[in-house]
This record gives sequence, C-alpha cells and structure tokens, in this order.
Amino acid sequence: MKRFLIPMGLFVVLVGFLAVGLRLDPHEVPSPLVGKMAPGFALPQLASPDKKFSPGDMAGKVWMLNVWSTWCVSCRAEHPLLVSFARQSALPIVGLSYKEVRGDSQFDVSQMPPGEELPLAQKRANAWLASRGDPYMLTALDLDGRVGIDYGVYGVPETYLIDKAGVIRYKQIGPITPEALEKKILPLVKELEK
Amino acid sequence: MTSALRVIRLFLLMTIALAGACALAKEAAPLAADVVVEKRMVEISEELRCLVCQNESLAGSHAELAVDLRREIRSMIKEGKSNEQIMEFMVSRYGDFVRYRPPLKTTTYLLWFGPFLLLAGAVAALVVYLRRRGSRVAAAGENSGTPLSAEESLRADALLKQNEMNESENQR
Repeated sequence: MKRFLIPMGLFVVLVGFLAVGLRLDPHEVPSPLVGKMAPGFALPQLASPDKKFSPGDMAGKVWMLNVWSTWCVSCRAEHPLLVSFARQSALPIVGLSYKEVRGDSQFDVSQMPPGEELPLAQKRANAWLASRGDPYMLTALDLDGRVGIDYGVYGVPETYLIDKAGVIRYKQIGPITPEALEKKILPLVKELEK
Repeated sequence: MTSALRVIRLFLLMTIALAGACALAKEAAPLAADVVVEKRMVEISEELRCLVCQNESLAGSHAELAVDLRREIRSMIKEGKSNEQIMEFMVSRYGDFVRYRPPLKTTTYLLWFGPFLLLAGAVAALVVYLRRRGSRVAAAGENSGTPLSAEESLRADALLKQNEMNESENQR
C-alpha cells in the first residue's frame, strides 16, 4: 500500500491544479491600471456634446466609470442591475459610450460623411437609455475608442471604481454580477468613502 | 460577314470588362502606403497577444480591438517612438499578459523557473531511486553468502540436468 502513496499524492496535487485552473476565467486579465491614476480625457457628453467631461470633474468623489454600448449584448444583461443600483445608492455612475457606431459591424464609418457619426451615436445611445432606464449621472462619448485603449478596455462592459484622489481601485471585466456588487464593490465603496 | 463583326464586337466588350476589373483590383491593393512602417508594425504586433481572442497575435487577429491597436502602433511608429516605448504603452494598459514573452520579474519567477524546478525534483527523485535500488541489489548479493564449493556446484549441475530431463519427458 505504501508504494502507492507517492503517485496518489502526485495525482491529488495535479487534480488540485486542474480544479483551480478550470475555475479561472482566461478572459479576466488582471489590469495593471488598478492602483494607478485614472487616465485623463475630455470627451463630449451625450446630453450636450458641446460640454466635455473629464475624470478630473469627479475629484473628491468616489465614482464608477461604466463602459457600455448599445451593440454590446452583455451590457443588456448588466443594465437592469445598474439601474436598480443607481436608484438605491448615491454612488455616481458615469457612462462611457464605447465606439457606439464604429463598434457596430453594420456601419462603416469610413463611408460615412464627416459629422454624421456623432448624431447617430447620440440617437442610438439616447434611444437605448430611454427604453431601458438611465442609471448614469452622465454619459461621455468615446466615438473612436481611443479613451477605451487608454483604460485597457478589451471587452465591453467593463467598470472601474475610482476613489476621491482619482485612483482606480477596482476593475470589473464583463458585466457586474449581483455577487461582485455585494462582495467586492460595495465593501470597497464603503471603505473608500470613509 | 456580320458574324465576324459580331465576334469582334464581343471580343472588344470582353477586353473592356477585363480592363475594368483590373482597374478595380488595383484600387484595393495598397492599404498602407508606408512599407517600412507596416513592416515594423507587424514585427511589434507579432510579439503581442490579442486580448479578445487570446490565442492569436495582434498581427494576425481580425478582432476590432486588434485593428484599433494596430492603427495605434502605426501612428506611434510615425511619431518616431521606439519599439520599447510602444511595448511599454501596451503593457501599461493591458498588463504583462499582452506580451508573448513575459519579462523576468518577481511575479513571473515561478513561470520562468517552475519547469526547471520540476526537472530538478524529477532528477533528485531518480537519483534517490537508483541509489536505493543499487544498495538493494548489493544487499541481495551479500545475503547469498560465499560462492559454491566444487562439490556443491557439481550437485547443483546434476539437479538442474535432472530437472531438464524430467521436463522433456513431460513434454512427450
């Protein structure tokens, strides 16, 4: 019996590694931005494109930046949670509309007359928020996705929790789940708001 | 006469159609005018992982983000940035995971040296096993005691021969 103990032990260790490996999501790449200053930008606001929004406007507040678009299927799943969360909490959520027109394969922006992309993005985003509810304090329009690149966005939706000093404290890749909200985001918000 | 004319007309029409097709093909050909920039862009993006599909390099991916990032790399090359600066740009946004060749640092020690650790462990286990086996074989040799005397070996041969004969008889 004793001679089987070592192979048995090795087998158990191997199974352990595989069990952990299977639970990891390869799409959840740890963001190097957590713990760093939120990259600055100045983007037109959805409600009034003449006005710009910058992360600096939120200094002194704990806030959430939620990257979304109307062509993103997971955003549809996430949206009700955001709406109900916005209703019951004072945490400001800023929307970042990511490549609203360019990200949708049915449009080819290079064939579009200049100046047409912005109104189209506005129309689509506004219609979406009107029908599904608007959880956002405001939405900034990242038409070409350059700001998305600065934030390391590679799959919408993504959500960043940013503290009073403007440092990114948490990044949710993919839709916010009720579990992530309860166990990770809310406790962290509480701590950051102290 | 008329049929010959018809053939000529058809031939002319076909030539015109073909020329038109060639002109269209020419129009689509050079996507990026600057060959040098394009070559460097491909060199850099082959070192980078596409985060959307993960098993493809940034150079080979059709994912939309990959297209955006290649455009970004192109514009950085045109701005005169070095390959290291471009790598730094990507890593600062997407982490070491974007690099196919992760850098050597404290968090990646296990990644780099883990296989060698496993190899060393396996070699150590092999050495221990061989040593034990060697000493077991030697011990078995010692237990058998002194070699046979002349009389004993004669008896042993006789016994073995008898055994062989018995066996051949049994076979018949």
